[in-house]
Formats: sequence, C-alpha cells, structure tokens
Amino acid sequence: MNAVAAPSPRRITWLRRRRAVGAAWREYRRHPAGMLGLGIIVVAVAMALAAPLLADGDGLRAVNTTENPAWASPSEFGPLGTDNFGRSVMTQFIWGARISLLVGLAATVIAVVIGSVVGIVAGFFGGRIGGVLMRITEWFLVIPFLPLAIVLAAILGPSVENIILVIGITSWPQPARLIRAQVLTLRERDYVERSRALGASDWHLMTRHILPNVSPLILANTTLTVPVVILTEATLSFLGLGDPANASWGKMLDNAFEYGAVTLEAWWYFVPPGLGILLVALAFTLCGTALEEILDPRLRDRRA
Amino acid sequence: MSGRYLTGKVAGSLATLIFVVCFNFFLFRVVESDPVATLFRGRDLTQSQRAELTRQFGLDKSTGGQFVDYLKQTAQLNLGRSYTSNQPVWSEIKDKAGPTVALVGISAVFSAVLGVLLGIAAAWRRRTKADYSITGFSMATFSIPDFWLGMILLTVFAVGLGWLPTGGIEDPASTATGVPKLVDQAEHLFLPALTLTVAYLGEYALVMRSSLLDTMREDYLVLARAKGLRDVLVRNRHAVPNALLPVVALLAINFGFVLAGAIAVEAIFSWPGLGLATYEAIKGPDLPMLQGLFLVFSAAMIFFNLVADLLYGYLDPRVREA
Repeated sequence: MNAVAAPSPRRITWLRRRRAVGAAWREYRRHPAGMLGLGIIVVAVAMALAAPLLADGDGLRAVNTTENPAWASPSEFGPLGTDNFGRSVMTQFIWGARISLLVGLAATVIAVVIGSVVGIVAGFFGGRIGGVLMRITEWFLVIPFLPLAIVLAAILGPSVENIILVIGITSWPQPARLIRAQVLTLRERDYVERSRALGASDWHLMTRHILPNVSPLILANTTLTVPVVILTEATLSFLGLGDPANASWGKMLDNAFEYGAVTLEAWWYFVPPGLGILLVALAFTLCGTALEEILDPRLRDRRA
Repeated sequence: MSGRYLTGKVAGSLATLIFVVCFNFFLFRVVESDPVATLFRGRDLTQSQRAELTRQFGLDKSTGGQFVDYLKQTAQLNLGRSYTSNQPVWSEIKDKAGPTVALVGISAVFSAVLGVLLGIAAAWRRRTKADYSITGFSMATFSIPDFWLGMILLTVFAVGLGWLPTGGIEDPASTATGVPKLVDQAEHLFLPALTLTVAYLGEYALVMRSSLLDTMREDYLVLARAKGLRDVLVRNRHAVPNALLPVVALLAINFGFVLAGAIAVEAIFSWPGLGLATYEAIKGPDLPMLQGLFLVFSAAMIFFNLVADLLYGYLDPRVREA
C-alpha cells in the first residue's frame, strides 16, 4: 500500500469537511444580511479587544475624574459627554463592550455545551435515559428563565463569573430540545446502522457519526443563542445584579437609570450602551438566520 | 379532545408545579444559612432571643422536618413575611398582582395580534420592500433591550414632551372616580404597555411569516387558487388558519418573556406590580419576597403552558393523537 496514492480515511474526512466549510462560506458571502451582521460583530469584537488602546482604563474610576464636569453633554465634553461622576461615557462604552461580549460568548458556550450533551445523549439512547433527560429539560423550559436567573444571581452575588455561570446554566434547555430532535432522525440513518453492525461502540457512534452531523445545527443555534444571552445579561445588570467593578453595557444602563439620567434627559449616557446591545444582538440574529438558511436547504428559496 | 390527552397534560403540569415547589425550597436553603441573622441585621440579639427566634422559624428542626413544614405552609399559601414591609408575602403579592395582570395581559394580546398581522403582511408580499421593512423591524425589536426602549419612550414622551405621565398607575393627587379615573389610569398604562408590545411583537411576526410561507407551498393552496378563489379568500380561509398553529405554540413561551420583561419595564415606569416588587426585592435583598415571587411567576408560566398545550391539541388533531 502506498500512503501517497491512498490517503488515510482520516485525511479524506478532513478534506471533505474543509470542502464543505468552503462551500458554506461561499454561500454565506452571497447573503447581504448575514455579511452585515458579521461586519458588526467584527467591529464590536475589535473595539473590545483594542479597548486599552482606544481609551484609558483609569477613566472608569470616579476618583480619577474629579476634574471633569458631571453630566456634561457631548457638545461640552468629549465625543459622548460624561456621567454623574464626570466619567467619559465613551470610555465606559468601549470598556463595557468587553464585558457584554465576554459574558455573551462565554455563557453561550456553557449553554450550548450542556444543551448539546443532553440533546445528543437523550436523542441517541432514547428509552429511559432519554425520557428522564427530556423530562428535566421540560421542567427547566417551564420555569420562567429570568426569575430563575435573578434568584440564582442574587444568591451567588454580583460578579462577571457568576453572571456567566447563571446565564449558562439557565439557557441550555432550548438548544437541548432542538438538538435532540435532530439526533432522533440521525439515529435511524443507514450509515449509523452500518457502523453499529461493524461493531462501533456508542461513544464512537456519538462522536464520529452523530456529532459531526449535528454540528451545523449546533453552530446556527449557538449564533442564535448569543443575542438572547446578551439581552439577559443586560436585564440582570440593569436589575442590579451586574458586577459593579466590571461595568457592562447593561450595568451602564443601570447606573444611568439609578442616577436619574432619564429625568435629566441626559440621553448621551443611556443611548450609546442600549444601541450597542441592540446592534450586537441584531448582528448575531442576522448571522444566525443566514446560517440557518444556508444549512437548511428547505429554507433556501424563502430567503428574504 | 380525548380525555387521555387532557388528563395527561394536566398531570404533567401538576408534576412540574410540585417540582418547582421543591426546587424553590432547596434553592433558597442554599442561600440562607442563617435567616435569623439576615432578618435582624445590625441589631443585637441575646442568646435566648436568638434561640427563641430559631425555634419560631422552625430552624432547629432537621432539613427534612423543615421541608415538611415548608410544604404545609406553601399549600396554605403561607409564604413567610417580607423583610422590608414585614407584611405576609402572599398578601403583598395579591395586592400587586392586579396591575401586572393588566399590563402583561394587554401587552401579550397586542404583541400577538400586531405581530401576526405584520407577519401575514410580510409573507403575502414576500421579497418586496414591505416584506424587507417588516422583517428588519421585527428583527430589530427582537434584539432591543425592552427596558432601554422604555427609557427612551419615557425620556421623549413623558419627560421631554410632557404628553404622558412619567410613572405610577394613577395621579396620586387626583380624587377622580369613574370614567376620568379610568382615563387617568389608561394614560399611565400607555407607555409601559407600548414598550412591552413593541419589544415582543417581532418574534410573532417572524414566526408567522415563515409559517405562512411554508403553508403557501401546500397543495391545497394551489387547489384553492385553481378553483379561482379570490386572493383574500385564499389567504384568510385557507392559508392563515393553518399557519397560525406555530404561533399558538409560541403564545406560552412569549407570555413568559412578557412577564419577565415586565420586571424591568415596571421598574422604569414605577408601575406598582409584581415586576416592581421583584426589582425592590433584589435591591433589598428581600429573600422571602423573592422566593414568593419566583413561585408565583413559575405557577403562572406552568398554567399558560398548559393552556397553550390544550389549545394546540384542540386546534391540531395530530397532536392529541400522537
């Protein structure tokens, strides 16, 4: 046998997957709404990563801004004015992007990992294990998600890690249900049957046959979970459960409301963070919808 | 509807309710290692006072004993006392339920109706400018933080232009009764209800649009057109009723979102309901109140899921026979 003439099965799989990803990307590039969403995400992530270069982090602490006027409008101070402590809103906005995006992405990863494991196991085994897992999932679907998150966050105390944990462990049931439904249909496919007949273990079947085939669904689902998570983070922070030392956009809105920006009509303090949340959540929604349409041929001729 | 489907769904909901009640006990047991200390924060207690309070709260019993007590009390709607007002939690909740039912009810109905109408309009004119604008608008409202929308509306229409009141449920200085009182309350309700309606109609519009687009490919619609039915009839008699099914499934989920959204929106508009009570209980922190509110929100969600399930089974025979 010649290794060059006959590449290993692993290499064949690798090449095939790379081709599939390339084809999906070419399809995605022709999707204007999806590209717009991706563009917004790239800008937001770049801003978050470059925060130390764009604005001095010392300006986030009120002790360093005693020289600045409080509630200065954008025409009086810097690009976006100041808050009640004289802190630049622009600085807070740039640094807030870090926390909002970090929580959004990290909590989504936790939710999707738990959801995928539960969904794959429940779908693959069915029977009693699957039944019990789905019952638990349904329970968590019915418990109102925000009050549960509020209770957990109030119990654990306000910190970035806790917010990530709380949102992660309350957001997994939706992905779990979707993924299980897909696994149920995959389980019956001939190639799974064939592999099982050849003596493949459950682990092999799940990781080599089921997982690769649900991963496009997981990808689309992940993208569509991010906006929900970002909005939840904003609400929890607004309700006073955000980390005061690491202010996200939601925490900025909490401060703005708490210190009376609405009554003072100090729109420059609360319009930018809200708009940031809206744009980032919308961008992920656009990307997720585009991915769904590309990955689900049934939706293709419905494209908006 | 078959009796088996009905009893199955009702039993399932009861099981879920029991699960939530038990879950609630253990959830808060994790937090509160010492309720006596929390309740009497900053006050000096003698050893004997402490022991007496511990006994009163039943904290000298084992976890199992406390759990049995908790179940008994919860069944009698005894949810403990609020730390902040020192009133029974259940009576606080009863007082504050009315405004929330009004706000959430009106917003849930309006968002569903307007969302469905927008979805129909978009699907029927697909790939036109109207479709793109409706879809874009729906996605934007779907991504908007509801309380932020409330802050903007409040700043523009109440603080800036002064057209509407800035908060509360009625003018505290007014002694009006009858119709003028209702008008006053409607003015107070307008902005919070508008906020929740706009924030939650997007999802209905998107689901209705895609459901109708799926339905429009069905053979019976081709047949309806082939029979020469007018466009309006094809849409209203044949396409829309069938396309509404996924929307019904969304009702319960969305009700939960509107209810959750009401927490922050009520805080913005000082609307004296369960949402504002939650906001205040978090700031407290007032754990018995939070615990009671969590139970009530969960029970409401379970109830609406049941209603949506039964409605779905009634509308779609395939579901109840499966």
